[in-house]
Amino acid sequence: MKILVCVKQIQDPEIAPGLFKVDEASNSVVAVPGIAQVISPYDEQAIEAALRIKEKTPEAKVVVITLGAASARDVLKHGLSMGADEAVLVEGPKNGSADGFVTASVLSEAIKKLAPFDLILTGRQSADLDAGVVACGLAELLGIPSVNFAKSVDVSDGNVVVDRVLDNGFEKIQVQLPALVTVSNEMGPARKPNLRETMKASRKPMQSWPQNDVNKDAGASQELIRLYVPIKEKHCEIIGGTSAGETAQMLVRKLRDGRLI
Amino acid sequence: MSALRVLVLAESSATEATPISLEQVALARKLAEPSGGQVSAIVLGPRSSDVDRQLISGGADKVYAAEESISYDPDVWVATISHLVSETSAGVVIFGHTSSGSDLAPRLAFRLSGSIATNCENAAIENGMIVATRVCYGGKARSVLRLSRNPAIITLRPGSLTPLAPDTSRVGETKSISANTEKARSKLLERKQEDVRGLRLETAKVVIGGGRGLGGPEGFKLLEQLASKLGAVVGASRVACDLGWCPPSMQIGLTGKTITPDLYIAVGISGASQHMAGCAGAKTIVAINSDAKAPIFADASIGIVGDYKELLPKILDEIQRLNS
Repeated sequence: MKILVCVKQIQDPEIAPGLFKVDEASNSVVAVPGIAQVISPYDEQAIEAALRIKEKTPEAKVVVITLGAASARDVLKHGLSMGADEAVLVEGPKNGSADGFVTASVLSEAIKKLAPFDLILTGRQSADLDAGVVACGLAELLGIPSVNFAKSVDVSDGNVVVDRVLDNGFEKIQVQLPALVTVSNEMGPARKPNLRETMKASRKPMQSWPQNDVNKDAGASQELIRLYVPIKEKHCEIIGGTSAGETAQMLVRKLRDGRLI
Repeated sequence: MSALRVLVLAESSATEATPISLEQVALARKLAEPSGGQVSAIVLGPRSSDVDRQLISGGADKVYAAEESISYDPDVWVATISHLVSETSAGVVIFGHTSSGSDLAPRLAFRLSGSIATNCENAAIENGMIVATRVCYGGKARSVLRLSRNPAIITLRPGSLTPLAPDTSRVGETKSISANTEKARSKLLERKQEDVRGLRLETAKVVIGGGRGLGGPEGFKLLEQLASKLGAVVGASRVACDLGWCPPSMQIGLTGKTITPDLYIAVGISGASQHMAGCAGAKTIVAINSDAKAPIFADASIGIVGDYKELLPKILDEIQRLNS
């Protein structure tokens, strides 16, 4: 069984909101010195899902694939150090393309070269653009079924069974392989790279493909007109009395006066 | 400019359209009106003539409704919607940014080689093209995209717009459509409605949220006590859900619920951007956190630095005292 995991390198999404800056002249995010580029957390959880399947099905081979600049090798190495078996870098712009149609088109051509495969896993969205478009697009372009927002993923008898998160509960869905599944944060924390796999990682195969090798005609579907940080106009009034009781009294009175409770 | 046809995928219970559906219709109306265009709603799940009337008085000209509720299956639903988009030459399709809307919209965009912007707060028409403003970078930024291919597909974040005041004098027709079921590739083994609180979060006037700072699931009991006093609904941060303290349906944030209450009391929540993306529409935010440096205080209008375990029982006492 071959499992492909599509991952993306992004600026660390957990940085303090105050450090996040946008250059409005170029409509781009300003790189913060000292802040690392990381694997998008949902994609890291997709690798986790793949490795959990591999634990039950030891013959499964897990291949991580990314579209990005040479620096994106770091997220591939991260995947290999978690326990993935192989990696493929499809060379392209840093942090991939912002147009989901372009990314899906390039990745689908690359994935065709990796066929046959059984399962494609990826995060529910990248944690930078937060679009959630590429995964479904890949499935559409490859003509395979897809299931979104997985909390757990199991493979048996040529099918994948997914617990999928809904607004108010869960669905258990079964689809035939080959299929694509997107993983949601409800999957839980991904494992950390371990020493044994990290030692092996440098000997695991990592291929690098120029985008021209795989790109057909990926026409743009959208144009970014503006990127900006919304201005917060809130002023926070800190209240506090000499005791918890007094503070509670001040708060309740304030909310009562404002007819909020 | 030729008359723009806008299609809205409306979600409803058997008796009522969801609030986000009426926001979608309001946005559709705004986009269609200048060109004298038309707004159609499509309802594939449970519905009744009450739902149709609600959508029409909210701004729809036509309702395309499945004769019988079609069980949710993305392949079936996308095939059915896609057929209708082609048949009606819709230039824009608006979904809610819900679990089904965000599941369906990208598939439809690729199926029809259109263009797509998800998680949008608003959209407008400029030079005959849709320009959409969307939430990105974990809620830290907004991007404005020009969608250059038809149909332009949008998912709208709940709570972004105000639905139009219902106009019961509006007339519209309901047309029945049938499902394209041959496309189904997935099998539904089980569907569990875990919790109704999750759904109530989006319409609640008062919400109390708990996060990592509660220290464990027990902390939520205190929040529930306060909620029952205030007629509030309890929600949670992503961390609290991912740690298993709460079901995912209680999650407020970018990948969870968007809330728009008059009052949001955030307890032990640090205020990560992805959480704030789900509660920025709250009119008043009260933050209770033991860490004076927590970013939540930058988003709150009232802040208390302190231990919730001491404070919440006192707040309960005080409310009790005022009510008696």
